[in-house]
Amino acid sequence: MKCKKNITIIIMISILILSLGFGANAKTFRVAVIMPSAISDLAFSQSMYDSLLTIQKEMGKENFEFVYSENMFVVADAAAAIRDYASEGYDLVIAHGSQYGSSLVDIAPDFPNTSFTWGTSVNTFSDQGITNIFAYEARSEEGGYVCGVLAAKLSESNVYGVIGPIETGDAKLYVDGFKAGVLATKPDAQVNVNWTGSFSDVALASEAAQTHINVGADVLTGTAQMVVGAIGVARQRGVLWFGTQADQTSIAPEVVVANQVYDWTVVLRPMIQLIREGTMGGTTYALTLANEGLKIVVNQEALVGKTIQDIIEGKIDIEL
Amino acid sequence: MEAIIIGIAKSAIRLATPYLYASIGETIGQLSGVLNLGVDGVMLMGAFSAFYTVLRTGNLWLGLLAAIVVGAIFGLLIAFINVTLKAEQGISGIGVYIFGLGLSSLLFSTMVGTVQTVSGFPPLSIPLLSNIPVVGEIFFQQNILVYGAFALVPISWFMLTKTPLGLSIRAVGQHPEAADSLGVNILRIRYFTVVLGGILSGIAGASLSIALLNVFQQNLTNGMGFIAVALVYFGAWRPKTVLIGALLFSTVNAIQIWIQVKGINIPSDFTLMLPYIVTIVVLAAMAKRRIHPPAALNKPFERGE
Repeated sequence: MKCKKNITIIIMISILILSLGFGANAKTFRVAVIMPSAISDLAFSQSMYDSLLTIQKEMGKENFEFVYSENMFVVADAAAAIRDYASEGYDLVIAHGSQYGSSLVDIAPDFPNTSFTWGTSVNTFSDQGITNIFAYEARSEEGGYVCGVLAAKLSESNVYGVIGPIETGDAKLYVDGFKAGVLATKPDAQVNVNWTGSFSDVALASEAAQTHINVGADVLTGTAQMVVGAIGVARQRGVLWFGTQADQTSIAPEVVVANQVYDWTVVLRPMIQLIREGTMGGTTYALTLANEGLKIVVNQEALVGKTIQDIIEGKIDIEL
Repeated sequence: MEAIIIGIAKSAIRLATPYLYASIGETIGQLSGVLNLGVDGVMLMGAFSAFYTVLRTGNLWLGLLAAIVVGAIFGLLIAFINVTLKAEQGISGIGVYIFGLGLSSLLFSTMVGTVQTVSGFPPLSIPLLSNIPVVGEIFFQQNILVYGAFALVPISWFMLTKTPLGLSIRAVGQHPEAADSLGVNILRIRYFTVVLGGILSGIAGASLSIALLNVFQQNLTNGMGFIAVALVYFGAWRPKTVLIGALLFSTVNAIQIWIQVKGINIPSDFTLMLPYIVTIVVLAAMAKRRIHPPAALNKPFERGE
């Protein structure tokens, strides 16, 4: 009996020593991220995953670690994962979806030594006395406007098709911005908008693209991970596509003209800095064109290819 | 006006295609007394295997074959669980769904990694028929898997009502004891219908990934398999009414898309509810007809010695 007790004490001491040993490495900044779709979605989740990889490259693997849970569209599952990560002592838990906010309000006060962040939103819940939540948003209407202006320059039918998921958040901002950009360039343009009511209904998004083209659209755009089906339709029927959130050129290089790409590093860098200095939350960050959190990645192949094709087909009249 | 009707009808036919394969497969299974709620999982596996095969080989027929083989394997698995092991069918179906969802996502992220497109089955104009005004454009300029889905309706109707095999299937689903006493092999019939259902679910998935959408993404089907099961009840276990149900649901969906695209001022939240509202209204209206499911549905066969 006594022997067992001794063994228990020895084990406990060795665990203590081991954990102290790891404690010496505590400088490593540990991040956990919960994402609604897959890290390879070429949209919202991938933009965050790519940004975390960039930060890891900058800081070095020994100083920056991150783990992720993907496809956490069910809020209850996501909340369980957020709580698990927090109790494992991560420095920062990123709840990458506007549906996760209410879960954070529940969880964050229980873990004062962990920082939480979520988006897209501007609410840090500081009005509820919570001090360890950051928020971030994407001013996607800025890049949407740029894409809209470009689209208006390229369209011949002057009919534009937009496919959005749910009329909220950065999706709505992007769609409104795109519309504004087109109308500012060509006031008589017809911008048709379709909401699928889902972030993941590839079949509906693809059928929406077909319908847009049927009513005359020759330029399409859309947001959320379900647009891959619509990009496929654009490629098949030879109409132009503008992407947002991540660089979607690889899906259909011949028709993707430009993408607004989210670069979350401009949000993550200052956030990590603040956490290291002891501020656990309370600030809202935004991706903008000004801080280069939004970038317009132009795909020369589609843009130049189309201009050349138009000259060959005599659609462009070069005035000399 | 003509262009609008053609556009909506073509959309509806495309949207109905995966439902038709999956629902008719499920109808045959249920008629023999086996409820399979795992359709969506099998569709995802079929969609992935077809997509992956086409991505690597460029051969569409090989892709279709891959979906058929994978669908058959899943059908065997479902039959083994439900028929041989006599598991609770509703629960085991959910298990198969989650397994298919998880496995297809895992295989996609490890074997493909990022979203890519493939060139799927191209539209195939049927000579003469495709020249008929309006009708030709709507029905006879689709891809081969669309034709297959619609051809399946009369074929399955004939098989179920005019052949000894169909009679055996229905007998096994209605009165397994009587069928057994007449020498019908209940296990063999149920294995056959469930494997056939798996194959058709696999093709349903392939119709998305290599014919209609030409991409694969995690959870590509987005719950279509469950709508397909609902359509079996809607269609009262008859291929013809399953077809009507699938077309009704997809036509309202196509109209809903068109209403939004044309900027007709109805909130999108409402238009998106339309296909479901119409389906529920029709179901409620049909409730008076009192169509009963196969008597032995969801009941494992125990031979009373």
